[in-house]
Amino acid sequence: MLSRVAERVYWLARYVERAENTARMIISFHLVSLDMPKTVQLSWKGLVAVTGNEHVFDAHYQREDERNCVKFLVADHYNPSSVLSSLKAARENVRTTRDLVPSEAWEVVNELYLFARDNIDNGIGKRARYQFLTEIVQRCQTLTGLLAGCMSHDAAYDFIRLGRNLERADMTSRQIDVGAIRYLKKTADPTPYDGLLWTGILRSQSGFQMYRQHVKRRINGVDVVRFLLQDVPFPRAVAHSLRYVQEALERLPRNELPLRLVMQARRHALGADVDQLIAEDRLHGFIDTLQQDIGEIHTAVVDTWFRIEKAA
Amino acid sequence: MSIDWKTYDPAPFYDELIASRGSPRPVARRLTDYLRSLDDNELQIRKQAADHAILEMGISFTVYSEGENIDRAWPFDIVPRVIPKNEWVGVEAGLVQRLTALNLFIDDVYNEQKIFRDGVMPAYVLEHSRNFREQCRGIHPPHGVWAHICGSDLVRDGDGTLYVLEDNLRVPSGVSYMLENREVTKRVFPEVFENSSILPVDEYPTQLFDMLASISPRPQDYPEIVVLTPGIFNSAYFEHSFLAQRMGAELVEGADLVVGDDDCVYMRTIQGLERVDVIYRRVDDAFIDPEEFNPESLLGVRGLMRAWRKGNVGLANAPGSGVADDKVIYAFVPAMIKYYLDQDPIIPNVPTWLCVNDEHRGYVLGHLEQLVVKPANESGGYGMLVGPHASKKQRAEFAQLIRNDPRNYIAQPTLSLSVAPTLCDEGLEPRHLDLRPFVLQGVRTDVTAGGLTRVAMRRGSLVVNSSQGGGSKDTWIVDEEA
Repeated sequence: MLSRVAERVYWLARYVERAENTARMIISFHLVSLDMPKTVQLSWKGLVAVTGNEHVFDAHYQREDERNCVKFLVADHYNPSSVLSSLKAARENVRTTRDLVPSEAWEVVNELYLFARDNIDNGIGKRARYQFLTEIVQRCQTLTGLLAGCMSHDAAYDFIRLGRNLERADMTSRQIDVGAIRYLKKTADPTPYDGLLWTGILRSQSGFQMYRQHVKRRINGVDVVRFLLQDVPFPRAVAHSLRYVQEALERLPRNELPLRLVMQARRHALGADVDQLIAEDRLHGFIDTLQQDIGEIHTAVVDTWFRIEKAA
Repeated sequence: MSIDWKTYDPAPFYDELIASRGSPRPVARRLTDYLRSLDDNELQIRKQAADHAILEMGISFTVYSEGENIDRAWPFDIVPRVIPKNEWVGVEAGLVQRLTALNLFIDDVYNEQKIFRDGVMPAYVLEHSRNFREQCRGIHPPHGVWAHICGSDLVRDGDGTLYVLEDNLRVPSGVSYMLENREVTKRVFPEVFENSSILPVDEYPTQLFDMLASISPRPQDYPEIVVLTPGIFNSAYFEHSFLAQRMGAELVEGADLVVGDDDCVYMRTIQGLERVDVIYRRVDDAFIDPEEFNPESLLGVRGLMRAWRKGNVGLANAPGSGVADDKVIYAFVPAMIKYYLDQDPIIPNVPTWLCVNDEHRGYVLGHLEQLVVKPANESGGYGMLVGPHASKKQRAEFAQLIRNDPRNYIAQPTLSLSVAPTLCDEGLEPRHLDLRPFVLQGVRTDVTAGGLTRVAMRRGSLVVNSSQGGGSKDTWIVDEEA
């Protein structure tokens, strides 16, 4: 399989997952904001922080209000990870691999981008936001299901699984981080609304119900972090995503370096004592390291399969 | 109401299926009888079935408009064009003869240049040739073949004679549509195939693969063959990916390939670098190697010419083959056949006047209103003057162009191209067409059974290009004795 083609399907999966996760995050924050009393000030800028593009936001906006933040996350073309930018990039990637990816997948991605482009204003304003973003999430899921069900599970598909799960681990860990920074420091004296925020974060990962079934305890920060970080059966948890990264890597040739790194990252995530990390206020530092681990896996993937420069 | 062949009138043109009002040619009789058995409604249903099949099969071509490129469904007419096998045998022999001579000529041009020394062709032809590549001098590709894949355009004149209108030896397109047209026709008219002996066309991808394998520098191994495309924005991208798929070859872009320190070509795969033996390149000479040609090119591979010259990779078509695309050189093909093969040409050229020749130029300038004038090195019908359809002013402008650069122009009589029944909104009507057979040459030479028939879908139009509203038809070589 050509390196270029592998790289394109890998990024196709990452971009679609990124669009879906960003849409999920806004939906849940949107719902939380509707529940909050007027006296509580929500920081929409926190969502921008999750994506790691604060500097881009600051370069274009003065006011950190809801409208600007949502516009930045959903529609702005100078935000490389906005929903619209991600879907556009996904479309370009599948367009150039049409000989490899099932033709229905091209149609789904193409229609998804056109739908987003034509209805983008609905994502920014409050009234139709929920509906618009939910549809984006559903269409992304359609693509994921279509590829799982219609595409040969060969090397190309392994690169798709790899990209999707690495992006998912990345995004979930970012969400834990933001939740942790904003709210865990106050554990000694929890505000009555912390529960709502953690519920929101769980909801953004479709994890609320699963958490309820599996954790069976009152929603609290420590349990939510543990669930999102270490719960292997839950598909959007970091530990689960990294396991699937590992499975995809195991099937690819010359996988030594990325495989070693992902096993290290998994050990890191699964071995953490969440209670202690929070008690000692080390969670942010821990997530930082986890993010670096994920970054290193990506770099190793790029170096191993996408950047083959020298003659053998 | 069904088709009444008595009301279909091709006059004054030569018709491929109908000899004269109401009397189909013998070779087309089964088809015309069958068409007559369908009523209008049924004919429309077949047409819709064909349109549907084309969409479903994703047969498309790319057109450019306002900076965007759009994939369009391939325009297709359901009524096949029929050629008797006994006629085709002669055409096939003529094409093999022609391509053999053309390849001997290209090899001569880049090596001894005997044909000029022997005075068969004037040396000035080469001095002003735009597609002559100095970089190819002294190279001996395997089997002496340079143009491995050729698409020669054939037209039939009013008296039924087939002529070669031009040879395309650089990167000819269209063969994938020939194959897809047959697929669609089989779906639409399966009944006719039962009763007629129509020669199959779908051997082509296998023959193409075998031909490419025959120029591999490592013939003992399974050759690694790739199709090099300029990318998705190229108008023939559909064909590039189609042929790669049918051959089981990788479809690569320039950036996927690298020439190593050992002067071999490698492709970047997830396994690491893999050696490439043969490249079917669909990128023009000028862009294939920034080291030797256009230094700005991002489509090519640095060092490719070096690898090819050392014999470490096969290139089809060989760089420099386009020298024979020149329409001035075209005029000398009959002389070439005589010179290299000591044979008379089987398929004639269209009579051609060379503006560089004083006597010819005098005639051309005096008869512009009767002639078609073409630039020597354009393709796709660009920069032409169709004398009878041009204004006085246009003719005067062209006369000036010819005087300024006589080497760059040739002139031919305006042919009255043949027609064939084509399903239009008004029913079956005669429309002009041409034919592009494809010739493969490696250790052996293969000619497609028929080729791509392109048809002008507008009444009276001679323009068959798809980008300008032209369509295409399936082409049947029918064995009447079988």
